[in-house]
Amino acid sequence: MSIELVNVHKAFGANEVLKGFTLSIKDGSTTTIVGGSGSGKSVMLKHIVGLLRPDEGDVWVDEHNISRLDQESLFRLRRNVGYVFQFAALFDSMTIAENVGMGLRRMKDFPKEEIPSRVSECLHLVDLDGYEGHLPSQLSGGQKKRAGLARAIATRPKYILYDEPTTGLDPVTTAVIDEMIVRMSEELNVTGVVISHDMKSAFRISDRIAMLYEGSVRIDGTPDEVRASDDPIVKGFIEGIPELMAVKP
Amino acid sequence: MSALAAYVTAVGRAAIGSVSALGRAGYLGLDSVRALRKVSLWAPHLVGQMARIGVDSVPIALFISTFTGIVLALQASYTFTGAVPLYFVGALVGKTMILELGPVLTGLALSGRVGANIAAEIGTMRVTEQIDALETLAYDPVAYLIVPRVLAGALMFPMVVVLADAIGVLAGLGASMALLDLSAPQFIRGVRLFFEPFDLQFSAIKAISFGITVTSVGCAFGFHTRGGAEGVGLATTRAVVVSSMIILVLDAFWAAVLLR
Repeated sequence: MSIELVNVHKAFGANEVLKGFTLSIKDGSTTTIVGGSGSGKSVMLKHIVGLLRPDEGDVWVDEHNISRLDQESLFRLRRNVGYVFQFAALFDSMTIAENVGMGLRRMKDFPKEEIPSRVSECLHLVDLDGYEGHLPSQLSGGQKKRAGLARAIATRPKYILYDEPTTGLDPVTTAVIDEMIVRMSEELNVTGVVISHDMKSAFRISDRIAMLYEGSVRIDGTPDEVRASDDPIVKGFIEGIPELMAVKP
Repeated sequence: MSALAAYVTAVGRAAIGSVSALGRAGYLGLDSVRALRKVSLWAPHLVGQMARIGVDSVPIALFISTFTGIVLALQASYTFTGAVPLYFVGALVGKTMILELGPVLTGLALSGRVGANIAAEIGTMRVTEQIDALETLAYDPVAYLIVPRVLAGALMFPMVVVLADAIGVLAGLGASMALLDLSAPQFIRGVRLFFEPFDLQFSAIKAISFGITVTSVGCAFGFHTRGGAEGVGLATTRAVVVSSMIILVLDAFWAAVLLR
């Protein structure tokens, strides 16, 4: 197992978001975590990269317990993890090339003179050739997400975490982003963890799908297994029937 | 009874909120001291921040000190009429500008200009997840964002304040020559009468403490911003109010410690 969350609990004040969340993510696979808005998907994702620490439970990445790492070890581990933010989180005072090269500049073993060529290569992978000198404000929503993806892959991470990569995009741009996620998995052989509430996207890109419901995993299986589930909560979410989801087990 | 309970609850919440905010600020201060050793992260941004925090603040500091110097000279002359020799105008302008009004008025003005700017900038980075992005790219955000700003504040505030002191005194001299029956040698005689080199050190010490206060309070409120645009607005307002209050407390503190 490359990423493993074991019995993770996380609360913000009285609001208990994760209640014993357990999930294993296999190397080389793309796993999508689905669930309703506010169900704690992004909170879960931030635990994997150590942006949040669990109140209880363990988060393992490459056999390192994230919640026990000191700051320096955590920074070293993060070089293996790319994070694509929901709204791209590009540094707005920097050009796209500077944004994409940020992670590379922190790698002591990466030659500085090779940064421009790696940046161009990453922008080419996300179909943003020639956008090196643009500012984030000059890009559309879909282009910003692709630039965020280019920044995440620049350091050649083993894992890429996608926080709602297609939210707010039109169907065509959504399909383009989906195709890129699949391409990253195939061409760069990375392990992907995708947060989404778009079931169409999830079925298109995933090797496995897990559903987060009321703080824990409701179902974890292949897309076919999830599609065939007769759990009313899962069925209700996939088919968009809130009446089914109102049924308590 | 329920109204009383609600009141007690509200007071309790406010107290807990204040204590935890102080705790967060304390941790951030410790992290900032630890981050000083990460020179490669903060050093490239230091000169840029010195220009933004110091050089760009010179016009507003000079504007304030010019008019303060003029008003001080006129008010001194008005107060002294007949009772005290007029060259004492120079003494009052020099002493008041250097010991009090130069540092304090500049500090308060820059808490608005610099502190608000820092809180808004870092707060926006927080709510748009740019600070999280820095962390995922293995950048320590404290070393990258906070340390260069606080160091720039500590280095540049004294320079701006000493410049403001000088311009305030010169403006007082100009006003005395133009509007009062006082010559330049008489005014300078007044300035030199009570001038101590320590006065400038006192002014600079206060300015350093104000610089650290304004920048670190702006950084702390920005760094802990929550919510969207409203959160950034709130953080900005609080940064200015809190740093202004601390400046006034520090002003009294330094007077009590160094002038007795």
